[in-house]
Amino acid sequence: MKTTRVIDLVPHIVLIAGVLIFAYPIYVTLIGSTWDSGTIGRGGLPLWPGGQGAANYAQAWAGEAGDRAMYTPVRTMMLNSLVMALSIALGKIAISILSAYAVAFFRFPLRMAFFWLIFITLMLPVEVRIIPTYKVVADLGLINTYAGLAIPLIASATATLLFRQFFLTIPDELLEAAKIDGAGPVRFLIDVVLPLSRTNIAALFVILFIYGWNQYLWPLLVTSSGDMETIVTGITKMIGTGESANDWHIIMATTVLAMLPPVAVVVLMQRWFVKGLVDSEK
Amino acid sequence: MATVEIRNVRKSYGPVEAIKGIDIAIQDGEFLVLLGPSGCGKSTLLRMVAGLEGITGGEIAIGGRVVNHLDPKDRDIAMVFQNYALYPHMTVFDNMAYGLKIRGIPKAEIRARVDKAAEILELGRFLDRRPSQLSGGQRQRVAMGRAIVREPAAFLFDEPLSNLDAKLRTQMRVEIKRLQDRLGITSLYVTHDQVEAMTLADRILVMNHGVAEQIGTPLEVYQRPASLFVAGFIGSPPMNVLDGRIDDRGEAVLVPGGQRLPLPRPRPTDAGRPVKLGIRPEHMAVAAAGFSIEIELVEALGADTVVYGRLPDGETLLVRMAGIPTVRERDRLTVAPQDGALHLFDAVTGRRIE
Ligand SMILES: Nc1ncnc2c1ncn2[C@@H]1O[C@H](COP(=O)(O)OP(=O)(O)OP(=O)(O)O)[C@@H](O)[C@H]1O
Ligand SMILES: [Mg+2]
Repeated sequence: MKTTRVIDLVPHIVLIAGVLIFAYPIYVTLIGSTWDSGTIGRGGLPLWPGGQGAANYAQAWAGEAGDRAMYTPVRTMMLNSLVMALSIALGKIAISILSAYAVAFFRFPLRMAFFWLIFITLMLPVEVRIIPTYKVVADLGLINTYAGLAIPLIASATATLLFRQFFLTIPDELLEAAKIDGAGPVRFLIDVVLPLSRTNIAALFVILFIYGWNQYLWPLLVTSSGDMETIVTGITKMIGTGESANDWHIIMATTVLAMLPPVAVVVLMQRWFVKGLVDSEK
Repeated sequence: MATVEIRNVRKSYGPVEAIKGIDIAIQDGEFLVLLGPSGCGKSTLLRMVAGLEGITGGEIAIGGRVVNHLDPKDRDIAMVFQNYALYPHMTVFDNMAYGLKIRGIPKAEIRARVDKAAEILELGRFLDRRPSQLSGGQRQRVAMGRAIVREPAAFLFDEPLSNLDAKLRTQMRVEIKRLQDRLGITSLYVTHDQVEAMTLADRILVMNHGVAEQIGTPLEVYQRPASLFVAGFIGSPPMNVLDGRIDDRGEAVLVPGGQRLPLPRPRPTDAGRPVKLGIRPEHMAVAAAGFSIEIELVEALGADTVVYGRLPDGETLLVRMAGIPTVRERDRLTVAPQDGALHLFDAVTGRRIE
């Protein structure tokens, strides 16, 4: 009995240690956002909350000048990031559902050719095609617009493949039953395929929202004005290089705020997963 | 309610011809069973009637209207699938109502029709459940309910009972029969189970390799099988088939081993013709003279007993006797066919010789 209890304990200790290692930097960020820049600057950050929290967050949110520089207000950056992440996530889901539906349920000339074309784009990540993409977006006059931020990132081979695989598991007989019931392709998509895919959609939404929220290279290139700054690029720009000292208290408050939407999406969507699992139908 | 006419219908998949010209006119309210072994084209034919499969040649008319180029939804048919094909995310009610909703039938009427079907099928308690919360038999009933509420010209069933266990299958078979008597809707029913075919059908279409071997009532098919294939497929255990020859006077069949079985009526024109001789196991009886067999195996089924005997020339002969076994393995037994129990088939084509 004793030995099994010890053996049970080991994984727990390992897990707790893991959690501490991962959580510690976040904790430090959280604590840092409640102290003034002087305390942080001296390198002696205490491990308990300070009294400057409200002021720091207000300053970051409204974008009042820090001690050393002017920043884009967090509320602007959050809005930009939110628009970008939502457009990317929803756009990717919509486009990939439609293309997967076409590839999985319809027979048309060059069907497999299109499928492979989509597949090949998997081998070309954003970074590889960034210069031609930039050229196209610039020629279309989309620099410093939401469209320019989101559209080039919307096409998604991964999500298309995922949905295609899922659609292939929907039995043919279901499609045939719907045909006899009188449902055309659009109705079948809306009434049958989408409801059956909702847990897949929820899972993909979480992944794609975070993917969109964390975009760095592309927003850096395609935005130049402060109004269009996204929060991830904004934070990195706050951290000066070389001589200049940083407003660490504002940076940390901004970082904490930047974490909130992805966390909220995960927490809210988790409910959906569970719901999807509980009334699971095959 | 309507007739279904299938006129010289063909289906090819590339070079492979799955249906090779089938002709049948199904009466209004008739229950036609398509019976045949796996891969003979039963489902293909049914799906062509449904509009789920294109028609390579010939014509299909439902209610007098040629439907070759109509979509399934415009053919006024309802289909019950082997795997039920219920919409997993919809309640039983919505599953049955879906087709009616799409057709724009008023809510109140949908409610009334679904309630009526649920009552017929005893599904009332389950209307709010999802298919995953039902047993196989209940799902099957929902699938039938979905067909009934549509009030179609014809029902199409593709092996609807084959996923159920034996007891439930018998029960559902009786239920389908009752339903058919009550609703009187023209039905096409695909199965490879001869008991289903015999009990449900007004007429059976026995299919083999894409052709209709025989079309007839269950008793016709049993009593006068049109070919060796039908003879072997209908009846359990299957008919005994022996090589034989009609004697020189055309009065009897000679079988190897010297047996001479008199024909019910002389056929002088066939004198000397080689034939296949069919005798059903249940039409053999112990006799003073006849086939002498050595018993190899005795299967006691309770109500009756199947005896597997070996003839002197090594061929197997099955005999079905009423009641519990009275013989044992390695016994010798003499059996003979009852009067009028001989079926003659052409030795080459396998077609019945009348
Ligand atoms: N899409 C297809 N492409 C090529 N051949 C096909 C196709 N569908 C069916 N076939 C062939 O057509 C023949 C008839 O098939 P069908 O499904 O009608 O058989 P079935 O009588 O319903 O058999 P089962 O009792 O096994 O369901 C088979 O030989 C099958 O291989
Ligand atoms: Mg079949």
